Amino acid sequence: MTDHARYTRREFDVVVIGAGGAGLRAAIEARLAGKRTAIISKSLFGKAHTVMAEGGAAAAMGNANSKDSWQVHFRDTMRGGKFLNHYRMAELHAKEAPDRIWELETYGALFDRTPEGKISQRNFGGHEYPRLAHVGDRTGLELIRTLQQKIVSLQQADQREHGDAEAYLQVFAECTVTQLLTDDNSIVGALAYWRHNGEFLVFDAPTVVLATGGIGKSYTVTSNSWEYTGDGHALALRAGATLVNMEFLQFHPTGMVWPPSVKGLLVTESVRGDGGVLRNTDGKRFMFDYVPDVFRKQYADTEEEADRWYTDPDNNRRPPELLPRDEVARAINNEVKSGRGTEHGGVFLDVSTRMSAEVITRRLPSMYHQFKELAGVDITQEPMEVGPTCHYVMGGVEVDPDTTAASVRGLFAAGEVSGGMHGSNRLGGNSLSDLLVFGRRAGLHAAAYVDALSAAPIASDDTVQAGVTAALEPLTVSDGENPYQVQADLQHTMNELVGIIRRPAEIEQALAQLEELRKRAEKVGAPGGRLYNPGWHVALDLGNLLLVSECVAQAALLRQESRGGHTRDDFPGMSAQWRQRNLICRLDANSDRESVTVTQQPIPSVPVELLELFDRSELAKYMTSEELAVLDTQEQSGDSGAA
Amino acid sequence: MSYQGKFRVWRGDHASGELTDFTAEVNEGEVVLDVVHRLQATQAPDLAVRWNCKAGKCGSCSAEINGRPRLLCMTRMNMFTPDQVVTITPMRTFPVIKDLVTDVSFNYVKARELPAFEPPKDLAPGEYRMQQIDVERSQEFRKCIECFLCQNTCHVVRDHDENKPEFSGPRLFIRAAELDMHPLDTRDDRKETAQAEQGLGYCNITKCCTEVCPEHIKITDNAIIPMKERVVDRKYDPITWLGRKIARRDQLSNQP
Ligand SMILES: Cc1cc2nc3c(=O)[nH]c(=O)nc-3n(C[C@H](O)[C@H](O)[C@H](O)COP(=O)(O)OP(=O)(O)OC[C@H]3O[C@@H](n4cnc5c(N)ncnc54)[C@H](O)[C@@H]3O)c2cc1C
Ligand code: SF4
Ligand code: SF4
Ligand code: FES
Repeated sequence: MTDHARYTRREFDVVVIGAGGAGLRAAIEARLAGKRTAIISKSLFGKAHTVMAEGGAAAAMGNANSKDSWQVHFRDTMRGGKFLNHYRMAELHAKEAPDRIWELETYGALFDRTPEGKISQRNFGGHEYPRLAHVGDRTGLELIRTLQQKIVSLQQADQREHGDAEAYLQVFAECTVTQLLTDDNSIVGALAYWRHNGEFLVFDAPTVVLATGGIGKSYTVTSNSWEYTGDGHALALRAGATLVNMEFLQFHPTGMVWPPSVKGLLVTESVRGDGGVLRNTDGKRFMFDYVPDVFRKQYADTEEEADRWYTDPDNNRRPPELLPRDEVARAINNEVKSGRGTEHGGVFLDVSTRMSAEVITRRLPSMYHQFKELAGVDITQEPMEVGPTCHYVMGGVEVDPDTTAASVRGLFAAGEVSGGMHGSNRLGGNSLSDLLVFGRRAGLHAAAYVDALSAAPIASDDTVQAGVTAALEPLTVSDGENPYQVQADLQHTMNELVGIIRRPAEIEQALAQLEELRKRAEKVGAPGGRLYNPGWHVALDLGNLLLVSECVAQAALLRQESRGGHTRDDFPGMSAQWRQRNLICRLDANSDRESVTVTQQPIPSVPVELLELFDRSELAKYMTSEELAVLDTQEQSGDSGAA
Repeated sequence: MSYQGKFRVWRGDHASGELTDFTAEVNEGEVVLDVVHRLQATQAPDLAVRWNCKAGKCGSCSAEINGRPRLLCMTRMNMFTPDQVVTITPMRTFPVIKDLVTDVSFNYVKARELPAFEPPKDLAPGEYRMQQIDVERSQEFRKCIECFLCQNTCHVVRDHDENKPEFSGPRLFIRAAELDMHPLDTRDDRKETAQAEQGLGYCNITKCCTEVCPEHIKITDNAIIPMKERVVDRKYDPITWLGRKIARRDQLSNQP
């Protein structure tokens, strides 16, 4: 082999790509099953996106309101996702989340407590009861640190037992995977480079767990970090797996809007859960005007009732500020477009007139800190200015709900990179619990897959060398396109043309621009060599951004309805016909350049015993008359099961 | 409101390097990290820097600004006058990889040397009961974002590589204190271990670590000093030891 394309090989049973909540939980499970496990991440250990989560992790433990149960959590999740969720994922999630949270306490987590000493739970949009386990507004930090420390404790056990802390769990930090290696539609490993020195390494392994998070860096205004370039989505596609429902993106209603340097930075939903209200520049609490029919029964229609709810939730309906995120984001968008927004294009979010300064700084310490230090605003004295920001991708790798297996053998996916669980819109707090529930399942089933294998082939030297040479390409281009500029232009395209409100002509324009951007991306150059070279890293991420952006745009063009994180200007309502269809993206095998095809696929139908958790009148808002007729006959024939 | 600011950024690798002069646009409300990103996008595409959250939550972007250890993302440009030169250098205590990026593996090695949380054997998941007031002391330390600025600042290792094998540093002292104060951790030798294996004795309570902590954790007053004091108490006083255990059992409940 040429010196240039040199690489080293390492052997593992399970390779986990991603060191956020999903990846770490998967790795713990694989190690507990006795598998040699690698954890790979682009950032340092403990810095993954999960660290930024603020509000909490949703689990129906019933500590704050004993009426809560998995059934209620399931119902809220399906409502939030507008019934497009994979019911089985939502069911498993609701059932298993409490155990996953309690387990964290055995790893050393210290959640905030109730007066009885149990884990405290807070209110959040779309959740019927207070349900989010939390630590102030730094829950993600607690989650990731706890898992990180559990991993260290397992390594310590391996040190004692085998004399080698890394015998079963090895962390590869600041290491980026560029390619999944497959053979005959089965995983045989992954190719990666060290960010610090640009050297390549091959992980020979029969299983890969993708836990790479989201795609928010395809937008200009986003709460997401540089890591969110859709790597896992793109790796999966190129390996032959499918993505589901990529048109659904969550624009979080409350991002910072001023100063420009922090535009998009998240303002946690806890601000509203704890009593913060939204007002336009006329001083009006405008959310009362935006309660959609499907939610009218659960939300207050006067300020008086809404305010009473905080202290007496059993006898009052919830404030409309706590509607699911898609509703609130669209409402803010509309207020600003109608000229009732601030000069910086936001609306006011106020806690200063609602709570004492002491309560604010205790319950929302990092928000207080963030506004004080980054915007010079004291939130105990004045309102915040907020507007929508690209936050979360509901779409992702299509997986089997129970095992998290993708359509490529040996490939598993969990966390934000996977699709289905959240339907068309994710409820706040449901991601952190999703990471734990499906992270664990991914680790467990990856291990079981390894146990059942008879042979484990590895990637050929030719395949690897081709991968290395391709990745080194930008370093060899002199006077090439500036990768940062191409990235910024791509973000601008998606932000302006495939944003919250989508119009077909604009989406087509976006697709044409993506085509141009792809040509420019092929010509990017990264001067400066292999040593920790961010320009080179950005250049390599571009291909992934382009691919996932194309998925989002194509699927958005196809889906002719508005639902959750996908709003079409020309089809403003939900369509019961469209609810029956998932959109599936795969790589186009017939194209000579990398591109995506999107097809429709029926969604799995929800079993009767789960449908019975809803009023028929509610189901009628989502389902076709044929579906309802089938439901009625099944119920009559007593098919429903007593559970 | 924009102006052309003057910057000196340390550029180089583990072998050699130097301060390089740059002029870059500065806009209203920006932080130092914004300017570093602007340099990358327009003048120095390979300029190495770490960052993730840009909101002081992840502890990635630690460096030294005009000689002071700080987070790049939480240092606003309006701290400086437009004619002031802003000098950005990597953390000094850790070996440089490139430009502003240092090799912080020391901290992860030390973390692995510290005995982990040991859960009570007689409690199943879901049975843990703790009072808010009792978890708050440890929660203060769990706010740590692992920026390692305290480690970088502590004079015991700042210019003394020779002390690194013996000394875990303030970040790991608060971890030890956190576990010591954890209502349900079953180990009772946290203080002794801090003294014997973490090099707590090297610390002479200068409080420099506390001063640079972006999370405002009272590292010295709330962690180091109590850990030092009570090592003495407990070593010789069986009554204190027993009292501690009894207080701890009170936290438990057999109710699920
Ligand atoms: C500001 C903010 C606040 C949030 N608050 C909440 C909340 O309160 N509650 C809630 O439930 N959810 C919240 N979310 C959402 C939630 O935090 C994320 O969806 C979740 O943390 C994603 O976790 P993950 O494990 O899937 O991935 P991440 O934690 O994002 O980790 C992804 C990992 O993959 C690695 N990776 C990616 N690509 C590669 C590659 N090519 N090679 C190697 N490694 C790679 C990264 O380095 C990283 O380690 C919030 C999100 C944000 C941005
Ligand atoms: S107080 Fe101790 S640990 Fe902190 S900087 Fe001073 S010597 Fe170091
Ligand atoms: S204690 Fe403070 S300074 Fe030290 S690593 Fe943690 S957050 Fe940083
Ligand atoms: S980028 Fe996260 S602390 Fe600065």
